[in-house]
Amino acid sequence: MLEMKQISKLFNPGTPDEKVALAGIQLHLKEGDFVTVIGSNGAGKSTLMNIISGVMTPDSGSVRIAGSAVEAIPEHRRSQWIGRVFQDPMAGTAPTMTIQENMAIAYNRNKRRGLSLGVTAKKRAMFAQELSRLGLGLENRMNAKVGLLSGGERQALSLLMATFTEPRILLLDEHTAALDPARADLITGLTQQIVQDMKLTTLMVTHNMEQAIRLGNRLIMMDKGRIILDVPESEKRGLTVERLLKEFERIRGEKFADDRVVLG
Amino acid sequence: MGDAILGSLELGLFYAIMALGVYITFRILDFPDLTVDGSFTTGGAIAAVMISHGSSPLLATLCAFIGGMLAGACTGLLHTKAKINSLLAGILMMIALYSINLRIMGKANIPLLGVDTLITNISVLWVMPFVIIALKLAMDWFLHTDLGLALRATGDNKRMIRSFGVNTDNTIIVGVSLSNGMVALSGALIAQYSAFAEITMGVGMIVIGLASVIIGEAIFGARTVFRATLSVILGAIVYRLVVALALRVGLEATDMKLMTALIVIVALSLPMIRTRLKQKAVIRKRTSQLEQLNGLAETKGGGNR
Repeated sequence: MLEMKQISKLFNPGTPDEKVALAGIQLHLKEGDFVTVIGSNGAGKSTLMNIISGVMTPDSGSVRIAGSAVEAIPEHRRSQWIGRVFQDPMAGTAPTMTIQENMAIAYNRNKRRGLSLGVTAKKRAMFAQELSRLGLGLENRMNAKVGLLSGGERQALSLLMATFTEPRILLLDEHTAALDPARADLITGLTQQIVQDMKLTTLMVTHNMEQAIRLGNRLIMMDKGRIILDVPESEKRGLTVERLLKEFERIRGEKFADDRVVLG
Repeated sequence: MGDAILGSLELGLFYAIMALGVYITFRILDFPDLTVDGSFTTGGAIAAVMISHGSSPLLATLCAFIGGMLAGACTGLLHTKAKINSLLAGILMMIALYSINLRIMGKANIPLLGVDTLITNISVLWVMPFVIIALKLAMDWFLHTDLGLALRATGDNKRMIRSFGVNTDNTIIVGVSLSNGMVALSGALIAQYSAFAEITMGVGMIVIGLASVIIGEAIFGARTVFRATLSVILGAIVYRLVVALALRVGLEATDMKLMTALIVIVALSLPMIRTRLKQKAVIRKRTSQLEQLNGLAETKGGGNR
């Protein structure tokens, strides 16, 4: 479903701040794969996400989504295949617009936007049904402005908006990191449920090692722009946080350093 | 006084179209667009030249609308494709339009006396309200279409709307074009109403538009799009009444620009000052509440000792 070959990316080339963000990344996701990504500070996790979604272009290498090469396709056109949830709960929704208007925007992900009404009675019923899957009662507040929702509710809505049109790939960029533990649990649970129900091919960056081990069928660990560890489903079941940290030390010869990491 | 009020009502109805245009850029797109000062004159210029050369007033007004849209499209292109800051893009276009408008008009002033215009045979106070309401409803409808939703989201959260497949460059260009089309339409009607077009007729128009939007929102609210567009129209009319009142109490017509600027300054800074004061009050209240609680806890603790 997703195929990345020899992806490299240099930040600030030729300046004193030059930094290798990605160095020859090879990554292949099968349809229905749910891959969690962990890594130390500056490992290149976010850059990886940005290159898949088209926010950044790689210096070299190729990206294929569902068989088609996408390096030259701009972000807004690539989004027909990609659903994204950001870390910031404010980032995935339009605050001055109502819940149903936000849903209507998401509904048109891969359609032409013309002069037909965004919210019709028929679409409203469909949006309500989708919203009820969240179990937050948002389907009863469809005329409320999204800016009035709590951070957790907004993130749940972002997740639904990114997924209900069944994208080929779902990118989750630390989407629970800015929430308090109870809300983070809620969003994690919803993520698991939605990904399972829709069999979405998913790439999820997280700082929570326990979460990275518990969710998904494959785990990759990044460091200094490389994938240093790729744990397949069979080995992932027996994995623990301690073993993961030991593994990192064995490969890198240094301790895992991340000021935000949650060991779980 | 009665005549003055009726006069300001009429003017307010014409300027309301301009204010609706400013509302699109300023509020919906969050794009402070100064093209308005130029495109308002462009509208007046195109209408005046065409009508004085014998074109049908309706065609002339339509061409004015299109001319304004083209001017807006240029500003949009400068901002999105040449990556020029939105304020600067508007200023550049405004300056460029000054020369273009003079080219269109051929001289600084075109009188429209003795020719038939759209306004000649109608009673403004009877017809214009319907025209404005029709325009308002069309705009409300547009802002609820799929394209309109994308436009609103562009001003609200660019990153989000891009992740749902919208090219924000396009929505910005569409929005700024539409806005300046309406501004030019307003200019064309004002030229016909006052029976002349002149090169300076658009000076300060952006501030008048902002004043109308802000006054309207402050008095009549802006909770929904339907409400907000209504507020902008009423704001444009209230602004004209305020001007009439200011003239009556002895201010000169030349003082109006200063007064308008002051209205906008006060209206823009007042909400910020108000929130800050409110926040301070809440903090003071909560701190004293917490202190009281702590005080109670301490006395309790002391009793136990």
